Amino acid sequence: MADPIISVKGLTVVYGDHRVLDGVNLDIERGEVMVLLGGSGSGKTTMLRHIIGLERPTSGTVVVRGIDLNACSAAELKTVRRAMGVAFQESALFNSMSLEENVAVPLLELTTLADPIIEIMTYMKLAAVGLGESAKLSPRELSGGMKKRAAVARAIAVDPDILVFDEPSAGLDPIVAAGLDELILFLKRAFQMTMLVVTHELSSAFRIADRIAMLYQGSLIAVDNKDSFEASKNARIRQFLDRVPDPIGHSAAVQARFRELAGLAGASA
Amino acid sequence: MNVVEGIGSRVIDHLSYVGGLTMQFWSGLRASPHVLPIVGKRGRWRSAINQMAAIGVEALPTVAVMSLCAGFILAMQAGAELRRFGALQYVMDTVAIGFTRELGPLLTAFVVGGRSGSAFSAEIGTMVVTSEIDALRTMAVDPIEYVLAPKYVAAMITVPCLTVMSNAFGMLAGWGFMYVSSKTTLGMFVRYVAESIELRDVFTGLLKSLVFAIIIVNVGCMEGFRTRGGPDAVGRSATSAVVRSTFLIILADVFFTAIFYLTKKD
Repeated sequence: MADPIISVKGLTVVYGDHRVLDGVNLDIERGEVMVLLGGSGSGKTTMLRHIIGLERPTSGTVVVRGIDLNACSAAELKTVRRAMGVAFQESALFNSMSLEENVAVPLLELTTLADPIIEIMTYMKLAAVGLGESAKLSPRELSGGMKKRAAVARAIAVDPDILVFDEPSAGLDPIVAAGLDELILFLKRAFQMTMLVVTHELSSAFRIADRIAMLYQGSLIAVDNKDSFEASKNARIRQFLDRVPDPIGHSAAVQARFRELAGLAGASA
Repeated sequence: MNVVEGIGSRVIDHLSYVGGLTMQFWSGLRASPHVLPIVGKRGRWRSAINQMAAIGVEALPTVAVMSLCAGFILAMQAGAELRRFGALQYVMDTVAIGFTRELGPLLTAFVVGGRSGSAFSAEIGTMVVTSEIDALRTMAVDPIEYVLAPKYVAAMITVPCLTVMSNAFGMLAGWGFMYVSSKTTLGMFVRYVAESIELRDVFTGLLKSLVFAIIIVNVGCMEGFRTRGGPDAVGRSATSAVVRSTFLIILADVFFTAIFYLTKKD
């Protein structure tokens, strides 16, 4: 079996007293769509930021295309980043530029292509995400779904091997979200990209995933194909899939605070 | 935490800030050639030109009005005293030397710091909170080179130019006062000014303005890059950029003036 294109080993991230990620291991194979699921605060975005090399972990390694992101030179990190496109949750489009200028940024900065070629490629990328007619618009003039598509167009501008999405469906209505799912599947078919999608949208995850990983309180509790994942008996996975809420205010810390406020700080739990 | 620990912690924080500024300064300086036309990256110089318009051209009216007012105030204050000794003509020396050595660079720095320093901080701070800076990093584009370097180049060119304009407007106000007080003609005023100031005065003023430009861009961008949180944090960064850059400009001015004073031969 070929080496995984992304390999996370023992990834641990501690902020102050808070252990956000605790020894996470995850391999992502070339050409697959890996969906990283998890509730709010489970550490999904932190894990994503380490995989794209924006943060350094407390311990553990993140190896992308054979390069350890925490032990590599600046030039190697640049090589890895050129092979990776990222579509951020808030789109992160440059508000001072039009859509076509946004998409042209990586082409202008990372390639030596002539300006007319860049113009053609920019239009091709925008057309691929269904924004061919909006090239001249500013990000301020776009809907939420259009912004996400524009962010994808910029992320695929230099034809990366790996495409990373942070919460692609967050804040979108079901129809627009379904459109984005189709776009992800189209990009996989058309460009054979490896994709890592961080989300908590179940319908989207089951539509696009080859495999699903689930984070719970900083630990990876499952990495499976979607059928096995859906049939899992794990209590936390079942709670997530069956949408069972946690009891409100039943945590030990909340109970302790209530006792403290009631002047019963010395009372036994 | 006891008092000594508190003081130590503050000192370490300030040293770390100055260290950060120094590192950012070198990174910005190293990246500056990429902004130049022909040898730089394509299209980057356009960004520097836009910055020059924002820092220099748009600030010119404010600098002009402030310099005219300051020049007139200085001339009136000096004239009120010098007239008693029958030495009104020394108002011209006071205004010319005061502006070339001190007031021109300082007034320009305060205007540019208030306008552009806060704008740099707000612009970069907004880019941080909307993940645009992260997006640049993930695109393998260095934010220092892309965002900061054009501002460096633009400020290092425009702030000394604005300082020259400030000197000119300040002296023009001085001539206005002399014309009203003693019917001094412009030709006489120019000759007197040319005799009273030395090349060294002009050079020291321009050197100061270059250092002030570096401080304004460095602090403005540093505060922007350090922004964490939401829109309120952007506002705090902008305020902090103006306060810190003003403080550092005054410190740098004291330092340079002391050096020029100690090295000046009679």
